[in-house]
Amino acid sequence: MKLAFSRILLVVVALLWVGPYAWMVLTSLRTLPEIVAAPAWPIPKSIQFDAYREVLTAIPVGRYFLNTTAMAVAIALLQILLALPAGYALAKLHFVGKKVAFALVLACLLIPAQVTFVPVFSMLGPLGLVNTFAALVLPFGVSALGTFLVRQALLSVPDEMIEAARLDGASELRIVYGLLAPMLRPTLASLFLFSFVFHYNDYFWPLVMTTDDDVRTLPLAVALLREQGTGVRWHIVMAGNVILSLPVLALFAAVQKQILRAVTARVG
Amino acid sequence: MKPKRPLDPYLFLAPTALVLGLFFFWPLALVFKNSFYRWDMLTPPEWVGTANYGQILASGELWGTIGRTLSYSVVVVVISLGLGLGLALALDRPGKLYAFVRGAVFSAYVVSWVAVALLWMWILDADGGLLSSLCRAVGIVPKNWLGDPSVALYTLAAVSVWKITGYSMVIFLAGLQDIPRSLHEAAALDGAGAISRFLHVTWPMLRPSASFVGTTSLILSFQAFDVVRVMTQGGPVKSTTVFVYAIYEHVFVNLRVGRASAMTVAFFVLLLGLTALQLGTWRLGRTGARRA
Repeated sequence: MKLAFSRILLVVVALLWVGPYAWMVLTSLRTLPEIVAAPAWPIPKSIQFDAYREVLTAIPVGRYFLNTTAMAVAIALLQILLALPAGYALAKLHFVGKKVAFALVLACLLIPAQVTFVPVFSMLGPLGLVNTFAALVLPFGVSALGTFLVRQALLSVPDEMIEAARLDGASELRIVYGLLAPMLRPTLASLFLFSFVFHYNDYFWPLVMTTDDDVRTLPLAVALLREQGTGVRWHIVMAGNVILSLPVLALFAAVQKQILRAVTARVG
Repeated sequence: MKPKRPLDPYLFLAPTALVLGLFFFWPLALVFKNSFYRWDMLTPPEWVGTANYGQILASGELWGTIGRTLSYSVVVVVISLGLGLGLALALDRPGKLYAFVRGAVFSAYVVSWVAVALLWMWILDADGGLLSSLCRAVGIVPKNWLGDPSVALYTLAAVSVWKITGYSMVIFLAGLQDIPRSLHEAAALDGAGAISRFLHVTWPMLRPSASFVGTTSLILSFQAFDVVRVMTQGGPVKSTTVFVYAIYEHVFVNLRVGRASAMTVAFFVLLLGLTALQLGTWRLGRTGARRA
């Protein structure tokens, strides 16, 4: 009885969460005449890759994918690069104003990009930075959460280890990037994945900061597929959707544990 | 520890300070300043005092937007929290099939909002969409899910619930794993049934997870934008114009930076309020990155 219930639940949940994906993929494998004739019933008569071919000719998927990936990787790396020294100072070094500095970093946790985009947009305009890679990456160069997590992780590293490295003549930068960074590898890997996935998927910032195809990103291009032409050609939109989602789903399947760790990392 | 050279800590913090200053604190100050100007970004800004605030209050825009944002957020948070808890309890079992379904539910959280929004637009499509067709097949007249002003906001909320339930499920699953087995065994020995074990053992241990999920997803749902922009563009008749979309529309559709800024200030104040709530339920910086 109990087992039967949990089996039924399993089927319902699978239908609710796997069903839509399946419909997306099946739609993308159909042709327009087929969809017009019987839109809802998705089993393709024969598997057709027409929609994918059309997406690839309608938008330069390769370039958008590279734009998106390069942007997300650059942001994630920059965040790690800057969080390490800042986290080190906040965790390990005594200095005047430490509490204030820490409080200011934490305060940034409350300020989402949507609060600051108007002035950032109007600041970058006169500098000629709208529509540049820099406009997509630099504003996210610091992750307040990342800095905080690096600091927390460094608190558990014994001071003696750092003193010993100093006695060996290691410079402070070498201590940060050569000694401490490798010790924090799980934290940094989680941060990287979390940040990569977030920015790969981001729609808001690239939408408001770019108008130029050369720097636009894949989510924007796929969203535009729906608005092109007369009548929505859903097989093409769904093919675009598959192209957009597949890399993230593959990454998730490959490093599920790290991504889950990043998501369940708590600030409190 | 003493820094090697007294300036070291400041140098280490300098890049972070520069980025946060340029892209967070200085723009925040500019938002306040801009909220007192009328500015279309084409001609020079013109000082108008508190007129922008007067307008968003007098036109009812502020309260309308707060109302819609709150309705959307409360529905999303409450339902995804409940569903996430239910799924975590039901799927917290060994076995490949359970692992697969857990992964499937969570994958929606990892996929972009754009993909989810487009996928559901097709499912909800009035002509050929799966849901409308299923409704017709069983003899129910389908609603115009995205075109009916009385339904559209809740349709968006339902899609958001589908997307983020995996997040709360994962947090609850992590919480469940922290409950020592011996607690359950002791309760079972005392003759506690499944329901009373849930009420007296599981739920008290999960309460921190619940307040964490509740506050983080509340704050995130306040920032909803993608789903609105892709699925409804704030319509029909403003029924889905939530906060961030309203700000976006003022800037890029109506070219009213001043009004957008006044709305942003209001939005920021609301976020501050929510964060105060968050600090109350879940003390920041207490234990730090538990799992990171």
